[in-house]
Amino acid sequence: MNATQVLSQFQATGVQTCFHDRHVEPQIYAGLNGSNWRLKDYEARGGYQALRKILGKPDSANDAPAQTDAEGKAIDPNAGLTQDQVIATVKESGLRGRGGAGFPTGLKWSFMPRQFPGQKYLVCNSDEGEPGTCKDRDILMYNPHIVIEGMIIAAYAMGISVGYNYIHGEIFQVYDRFEAALEEAREAGYLGDAILGSKFSFQLHAAHGFGAYICGEETALLESLEGKKGQPRFKPPFPASFGLYGKPTTINNTETFAAVPWIIRHGGAAYLACGKPNNGGTKIFSVSGDVERPGNYEIPMGTPFSKLLELAGGVRKGRQLKAVIPGGSSSPVMPASVIMECTMDYDSIAKAGSMLGSGAVIVMDDSRSMVESLLRLSYFYSHESCGQCTPCREGTGWMWRVIDRIQNQEGRESDLDLLNSVADNIQGRTICALGDAAAMPVRAMLKHFRPEFETLIRARTAAGGTAHV
Amino acid sequence: MISYSIRTRFDREVAKYPAEQRQSAVMACLSIVQQEQGFVSIESEHDIAEYLGMPQIAVHEVTTFYNMYNQQPVGRFKLNVCTNLPCQLRDGQKALHHLEHKLGIAMGETTADGLFTLQQSECLGACADSPVMLVNDRTMCSFMSNEKLDQLVDGLRAAESTKENA
Repeated sequence: MNATQVLSQFQATGVQTCFHDRHVEPQIYAGLNGSNWRLKDYEARGGYQALRKILGKPDSANDAPAQTDAEGKAIDPNAGLTQDQVIATVKESGLRGRGGAGFPTGLKWSFMPRQFPGQKYLVCNSDEGEPGTCKDRDILMYNPHIVIEGMIIAAYAMGISVGYNYIHGEIFQVYDRFEAALEEAREAGYLGDAILGSKFSFQLHAAHGFGAYICGEETALLESLEGKKGQPRFKPPFPASFGLYGKPTTINNTETFAAVPWIIRHGGAAYLACGKPNNGGTKIFSVSGDVERPGNYEIPMGTPFSKLLELAGGVRKGRQLKAVIPGGSSSPVMPASVIMECTMDYDSIAKAGSMLGSGAVIVMDDSRSMVESLLRLSYFYSHESCGQCTPCREGTGWMWRVIDRIQNQEGRESDLDLLNSVADNIQGRTICALGDAAAMPVRAMLKHFRPEFETLIRARTAAGGTAHV
Repeated sequence: MISYSIRTRFDREVAKYPAEQRQSAVMACLSIVQQEQGFVSIESEHDIAEYLGMPQIAVHEVTTFYNMYNQQPVGRFKLNVCTNLPCQLRDGQKALHHLEHKLGIAMGETTADGLFTLQQSECLGACADSPVMLVNDRTMCSFMSNEKLDQLVDGLRAAESTKENA
């Protein structure tokens, strides 16, 4: 065997994480098996029908049933949808940004100055590096055309002619896969000039990162796409007015775009009905850590956390649940008793004091040390701080060193107050949200699991260390 | 000097961007050079700067900002093991330690035969596949138990010695 053959034995098949029958009413992951990612397979699943619908170019070979509007009047399949109608449908759906912030997608699209005469850009944020998150990787690998179709529809709605999908550099096979899918879409006339014979043209390209967590922040991503260091920009101006190359730009997460074709085909109300009010649709949760079956689970918004845990096989080895980080490493940790009462949607998790974020659910069982867990996260934020703002650059390293000495039983009595104080002085004082993302886990861990930190500090004092004032 | 085949790949990347925004292709150009030459040398940065029409220092800023660019030569196989929290909970650290033991080096080092460089990495974005490892920037290896790590290292060693003897 040559080296390539050796390595191919260890590549993920997607069976464990994506092609299981434990999704609930899936839309994005529905019907996937790993080998049906190509254009013809996507079309067989109803793919590109939403695009045909908005352009008024029904597929003659694939007769869709006659549709009627709210008043029962037949809809002319050749009429298409206007930009306003597409945006109104997305607004009605209650779709909120799947990358972490949960901002209403239709509203974001309406911010785009559609009448601006110059170049405008559409960007897909596939820089999936928030620890715990691995959902976009499976979407792009196993269903890339759903993202392409969603982006074309978004571009149509906002009058945009050029787009880029910026893909996490570590998942290079996904970048290659997406490029192959783009080529298929171009050949079929779904991308390029005069799409399906309409007046609408859209060019879409793939770009990649190369190892910088910060580039998941939208303005850092834009800097990177311009060929620079990924250092976030001060906002305002927001990308909608000053984005890529200084032009109006809309940026959405991969999963957000992937939700759009279903919404256009089935209507905003149907999508909203899948979830719960203000939290429309399905959401993909990446469950990692101490569960029997880590993986991606697509379930309706508002599903109880206990159900999601059950889908993932429950806590590993029959142990007890201790804590859950519900929305990627930056979201505040939640003790078992709190999360077990929550449903998985933006509002329920926010009300309980954390964030749904990217939907990355990191599960920790009762054998876990919270100090050790926080130590690893603090190292991460310190390592990935871009260095632009002093509070974040210095503060993240400081917090990591303090937690490190606590873990090594060299902590001081004053360290917990010090940690809170440093976190306070980072939060809200930086250009981007990485500072907040570094501070929030520290504060939440101290809030919910303070005795664990105190025990380690006391162990030092008991061992004869010098008490520090 | 940039070879013809590398230049062809560069051209393809540059074509994605507006004519006056050639710099946008720098990330891709650097990764192509690294794939072909194993690392990004100062000479390569110079060539890319010239090709894209940007200052050499701006290329160097990019090389040094992003974690995956090798600023020094590395072993034939660069192994990046994720140890971030989701992986730490599923033996990511143990996988790294197992490789340290197996290869007889500490993380950050390269084996004496020049075959393997071992590095700890931040989130690779494959958290449900833990333990995960990225080989030479482009191939993700999933569910890497100690047994599989042994198979991978032994397999790559065998593949290289066959190549040398061929």
